[in-house]
Amino acid sequence: MYWNARMECMPPEELRNLQYRELKSLVYKLYSFNNFYRDRMDEHGVHPDDIQSLEDIRRLPFMYKQDLRDNYPCKMFTSPREEVVRYHVSSGTTGKPTLVGYTESDIEFWTDSLARALTSIGIGRGDVVQVSYGYGLFTGGLGLHYGAERVGATVLPASVGNTERQLELMMDLDVTAIACTPSYMIHMGEVAKRLGIDFRRDTKLRKAILGAEPWSEGMRRHIQEDLGIEAYDIYGTSEISGPMFTECEERNGIHIWGDVAIVEIIDPETEEPLPPGQEGELVITVIKKEAMPMVRYRIRDLTYMEDEVCPCGRSSVRMGRISGRSDDMLIIRGINVFPSQVEHTLMNIPEVGEQFMIILDRKGALDTMTVQAELRPEHFSDKMADMMAIKKRIDSDMRKYLNISVNVELMDPGSLPRFEGKAKRVVDRREF
Amino acid sequence: MPQRHVIKQISVFVNNEPGRLAKIARMLSEEGIDIRAFNIAEASGFGVLRAIVRDPDRAFERLKERGVIVKETDVIAIPMQDRPGGLFEAAAVLGEEGINIEYGYAYSGQEGAIFFIRVDDTEAAISALLDRGLELMKEGDL
Repeated sequence: MYWNARMECMPPEELRNLQYRELKSLVYKLYSFNNFYRDRMDEHGVHPDDIQSLEDIRRLPFMYKQDLRDNYPCKMFTSPREEVVRYHVSSGTTGKPTLVGYTESDIEFWTDSLARALTSIGIGRGDVVQVSYGYGLFTGGLGLHYGAERVGATVLPASVGNTERQLELMMDLDVTAIACTPSYMIHMGEVAKRLGIDFRRDTKLRKAILGAEPWSEGMRRHIQEDLGIEAYDIYGTSEISGPMFTECEERNGIHIWGDVAIVEIIDPETEEPLPPGQEGELVITVIKKEAMPMVRYRIRDLTYMEDEVCPCGRSSVRMGRISGRSDDMLIIRGINVFPSQVEHTLMNIPEVGEQFMIILDRKGALDTMTVQAELRPEHFSDKMADMMAIKKRIDSDMRKYLNISVNVELMDPGSLPRFEGKAKRVVDRREF
Repeated sequence: MPQRHVIKQISVFVNNEPGRLAKIARMLSEEGIDIRAFNIAEASGFGVLRAIVRDPDRAFERLKERGVIVKETDVIAIPMQDRPGGLFEAAAVLGEEGINIEYGYAYSGQEGAIFFIRVDDTEAAISALLDRGLELMKEGDL
């Protein structure tokens, strides 16, 4: 079953023509109405008239996350403020957030993209979908909420936390599908086991849409075998709207709707395009975005594309698993964290030095982040209350600027490794 | 002369690194620092070792030279051998005077039990305790 059979099954050649036409009009529009991108194109020596084929997309300049930060809050918007119907915000380096704005039409195509995705998983009218992504500034909760409502499902906006209650509601309301992070799914499974709840016997839950953090085929097997749930991968980031694309029932790659986005895979060093099947950095152009167009956005995820038609009949390219990042961004419990944010936060705390280490672990299903910092001798106190206050201050500052709670370990001065050249301040002991 | 009743304690920061406490204990023994009494307060991620040693100034200098976070802290030593209830009496006096006891720990040696307390105002505490006729140890007594 398709949500939009014409778009989803369009012959590849026709789809490429459509992409070319859409790209050309997008670039003209940007050149005329978006100062940021016009300047960028001028610096790059490229004019909209230079776009004569889909391949000419390579002549356009890249966009980076830094551009969003530099132009915070609204300098990159192409639409007037009153046309913007929603904001989403994600935390950023140096505590400066990244803001994304949406027009009514932006919300519409985002919702439609997810409606196609949910339909391709077999979720629709009659299903009860528990959305256990965070609601609020994060795009996960509201994104899935709109998508699931669009396909006619009943939505349970559970958001995150209070797992026992979530399980109770899941049973009481005959929830059939859930959207959450893979680690939360595993955590739910563990809590259920402790409470004597058997997903197969006691719930109607059969499908899980999992994403917002890196996961693996091993975790998929674990979830599917342990909990008796089919697990589907979902992809998206706030810059491209939010979670947007998923696998279909075949579960062999994430369908990227060609009329929504143009994807390229490049060598992150040479920036040259790579052929299908070869891993490189994902570059994404969201064709339909109005308020904040993203053209050749360096999303920094490493993956590969498959371009043969999927057995499900959909002709879009399919994206493989994200194998890593081409920058130092960490994804912890679905939250993006840059080591530079940790550094910046510590710099404002006089009781500790500027050296630090980040240690990532997975305790049970949940990621934990430990920050080690060196205590300055003059701030040492024999009183525990004073020492706890230092830890608490670091913890609350981290929570404030990174949106994440961390374990703080105070270390002796000089005990943390010093680096010459590129620092390796992250020890990732998580196994995906 | 309340100063003479001030006892110097060394306070040492002990981080969470496995074997850190053993390392500090080894340093103390290598430096020939004789520990008379000690107490460890711990929280998740770190601890504070508090010790009464024979020559606190030398211990402080030696540990500092070896890169340990250490400081000297003034405490009061209350002998408990010939006065049952002495601790209660001392606590009651300090309470009446509005002096807070931050923490305390006991030591039981050949001379009998001694209770060490750290208060927020050491001099006021010593004066109050001596005024009420309580006995306190002096620096040289230990």
